Amino acid sequence: MSIRDLFATELAVINLGIPSFYDDLLRQGLPVLQVDWKPPAGGDPEMVAALEKLETVRDKVEAGNREAFRRLSEAHPYLEGIGTARDLIPGLGEHMLLHAGPPISWEHMSGPVRGAVIGAILYEGWAQSAEDAEKMASSGGIAFSPAHEHNAVGPMAGIVSPSMPVFIIHNRTHGNYAYCTLNEGLGKVLRFGAFGADVLERLKWMAEELAPALKKALELSEGIDLKGLMAQMLHMGDEGHNRNKSGTSLFFRIIAPLLLKADLEPQTVRRCLEFIDSNDHFFLNLSMPACKAMLDAAAGVEYSTLVTAMTRNGTDFGLRVAGTGSRWFTAPANYVEGLLFPGFTAQDANPDLGDSAITETCGLGGFAMAAAPAIVQFVGGTASMALEFSHLMYQITYGENAVFTIPALNFRGTATGIDVRQVVELGVLPVINTGIAHREAGVGQVGAGLVRPPMACFEKALSALAETI
Amino acid sequence: MKEKIIVQANRYADSVTLMLVSQRVQQLPGIEAALVGMGSPLNLDVLQTLDFQEEISAGANDLIIALRGRDDDAVQNALDQMEALMRVQGTSSSGQAEERPKSLVQALAKQKGNLALISVPGVYAPREARKALEQNLHVMLFSDNVSLADEVELKKLAHSRELLLMGPDCGTAILNGVPLAFANVVRRGVIGIVAASGTGAQEVSVQIDRMGQGVSQAIGTGGRDLHEAVGGIMMLDGIEALRQDPETKVIVVVSKPAAPAVAAKVLRALSESGKPSVLCVIESKGGIRGNAEVTVARNLLETAQKAVQLAGGAAIPQKSADQAEIYGFASALRPEQKYVRGLFSGGTLCDEAMAILSEKLGLIYSYGPLDPAGQLPDPNKSFQNTVLDLGDDFFTVGRPHPMIDLTLRKQRIIEEAKDPEVAVILLDVVLGYGAHPDPAGELVPVLVEARGKAAGGSGGSVVFVAYVCGTAGDPQDYNKQVKALQEAGVRVFASNVEAAEFTAGILEAAQGGGQR
Repeated sequence: MSIRDLFATELAVINLGIPSFYDDLLRQGLPVLQVDWKPPAGGDPEMVAALEKLETVRDKVEAGNREAFRRLSEAHPYLEGIGTARDLIPGLGEHMLLHAGPPISWEHMSGPVRGAVIGAILYEGWAQSAEDAEKMASSGGIAFSPAHEHNAVGPMAGIVSPSMPVFIIHNRTHGNYAYCTLNEGLGKVLRFGAFGADVLERLKWMAEELAPALKKALELSEGIDLKGLMAQMLHMGDEGHNRNKSGTSLFFRIIAPLLLKADLEPQTVRRCLEFIDSNDHFFLNLSMPACKAMLDAAAGVEYSTLVTAMTRNGTDFGLRVAGTGSRWFTAPANYVEGLLFPGFTAQDANPDLGDSAITETCGLGGFAMAAAPAIVQFVGGTASMALEFSHLMYQITYGENAVFTIPALNFRGTATGIDVRQVVELGVLPVINTGIAHREAGVGQVGAGLVRPPMACFEKALSALAETI
Repeated sequence: MKEKIIVQANRYADSVTLMLVSQRVQQLPGIEAALVGMGSPLNLDVLQTLDFQEEISAGANDLIIALRGRDDDAVQNALDQMEALMRVQGTSSSGQAEERPKSLVQALAKQKGNLALISVPGVYAPREARKALEQNLHVMLFSDNVSLADEVELKKLAHSRELLLMGPDCGTAILNGVPLAFANVVRRGVIGIVAASGTGAQEVSVQIDRMGQGVSQAIGTGGRDLHEAVGGIMMLDGIEALRQDPETKVIVVVSKPAAPAVAAKVLRALSESGKPSVLCVIESKGGIRGNAEVTVARNLLETAQKAVQLAGGAAIPQKSADQAEIYGFASALRPEQKYVRGLFSGGTLCDEAMAILSEKLGLIYSYGPLDPAGQLPDPNKSFQNTVLDLGDDFFTVGRPHPMIDLTLRKQRIIEEAKDPEVAVILLDVVLGYGAHPDPAGELVPVLVEARGKAAGGSGGSVVFVAYVCGTAGDPQDYNKQVKALQEAGVRVFASNVEAAEFTAGILEAAQGGGQR
């Protein structure tokens, strides 16, 4: 609009800075908006320089982000079956374990992850005692690799061993796959580092009865539309990370008739359905790989500053960005702030753990908190706080989800496509809804709450993006 | 003595709010030193200067609250008051924080805009201004401390996009009848203004209003626009915009001394505009000649008079000082009362007064004197005839502008009145949007106190002379402000020129009287 045109138009002012200027214009009845301005990147000159450098190729970045967001939006994951990890997961060799989060060695692993590693070694029969298993793990006898580097994800410790059964998720739009183990339930479970006989027995039962039964049932379906289920669960009070009650219920409704139709022993069907029914989080191990399948479709888009993975190994937080492909940006993981179960104190908590923040990366979890007001009781907060968090996340995302919508926000799509630039510039970190693991192996979940990623991950990613120019 | 330093991470507030809060907290009972500010390197230095012992680390988005007081109670009370002040000062009616956009781009997604008013700290301002221009927004850049190189780059970008880049350090504009930042409520009319000076634009627009005419547009350029490096980009674009504007019949340019080549360009642009125009060059030593199309005015009052006449209105002539009244004031002075102390909040009003006073009284001392010989070694101490712009950077470090916060001016009035050599204290009182909501209300008690202390407490007869720069439409209520000052014994004038000439008259008469 030229100066001359401005003279013929009503002024509409955006005020950055002194609030009284805003008040004066408001008093005059002018359309005016106050920007809640802060120094960019906390006033850090290096970060501002990186942002400026990316500005010089703004059109390329915008094109990259548009493409990455388009892929993420168009991806459509289906549950197509169940198989064995070693047959399906690329690069998973023998005497190799996948884990949650960015790369980590045995010596840096936290208690619950070490416990889960020991459990998986015993489960595979690579060692006969916990002591031997520990010796094996600590002496280089086991290769460790992040699940994320093998098209897989796992909650908490996220351990995947070769003979574990895994869900097969297929992104039918782009053709890529994602894998995840089956959820074991709460309490003393492998993902929290428990490796007692009961834990191993349950895992054996899951591999020998549950997985084959579900596999047979799924063969009777055309594949289950997970994206559709996840869209529905947001309308039923779940946010897809820490609350999966309705997702699990919806899955139960779909799988029950299929199990009955499949040629299975009635007692097998009963045990399978009871197992799914008893675990509100059964669906988490489906929503996570569904998110992974969608985000992997956006990975590697040149110049894109959108986040494709956020994950924790209990020691470090790791970030991956579309424009830098498989590269990790890591920093020490934070502790979760929230409510602890009776009998536990803050000293019992492990740092942030698990691949489950893949849900937030995809616009669910903390980003969809407004859809799940009931969750706030669990993570310690108020219903209006849930709305605020969801609102706030729009400040750091590229777009709004076309499929995941929030009734309480007039069916607005969830904030989706975290932009590293906006996180650093505005100093607004993603909010993650998550469980708290006990710092010692095998105790289990001790609480739940909210956690933010370390800003350093985003700063490192931003510097790396700027260096690519 | 009790000391307390709190660092609140990620609680950003703008500097004006913080400076006001800091000042108020400092004045609380039992508080010896206080700083409420962001963790900038400057503020960390200030903490050391204030002798705070505790070592802290804080970033640009972290709020530092440092208090030292008599005891725990005083410190705790100050802390509570500070929070209350932060709520009043910082939160405007602009809605819940989580709903407010955090960047310009987000704001534009919520609401259409055509002008960005930017007053963030200077180091960050160019980046925000550039973003606004890239979003095709006109920009009023209130921020100062922007480099000349950034100014040139921004103005070139604005020019290529046919956008306004008013500033940096642009305090006043009136666009489409809307006063922006520090500006008065004046009639709409046919006179268009382009000004390199904020208070210059305020004074001219106020005088035009007083004479019954109005302003079509008032465009600010920032004080450096006529610098050789900038080349008058915004001045020339402003003149061109007014040339094309069908509402504008007369063009007024309030300029500062310009590089000769730039001055020539401005004069040519005015001559070729096809519209009658008035040119006022502040701080000029004369030598600018007008022509058939361009009338040159000596001061801001004359600028308004000529513009009003060109617009077909009747200018109010300057009232010559009433000699009997002058003699009345002068004869009440004691022989040692010989000097004026001017305490201004408007830079151009200050310059204009200095020019008038120096013509009659000779050398005028100042922090920014017209004659280098008048440089005050210590601006905090006046000497003989001293006239100060308290809005100058020297006085505004860590303090809001005197148009918003009258604390420094009030202190200085008391000090000057105590000096037995002082005959006249000359003030400007600027009204309008942006300015203090009741400056007269702030000044009156101090003037009364000062009178009691005048001439070394002997109850002498120091004369207060003031100009109130405001209109009937201003939010402060012009008539009420003038009346309050008059009732406190202040001689109030209708223009800055008249106030300065009256002041010069008293001093001339007093000195003449002394010789008799």
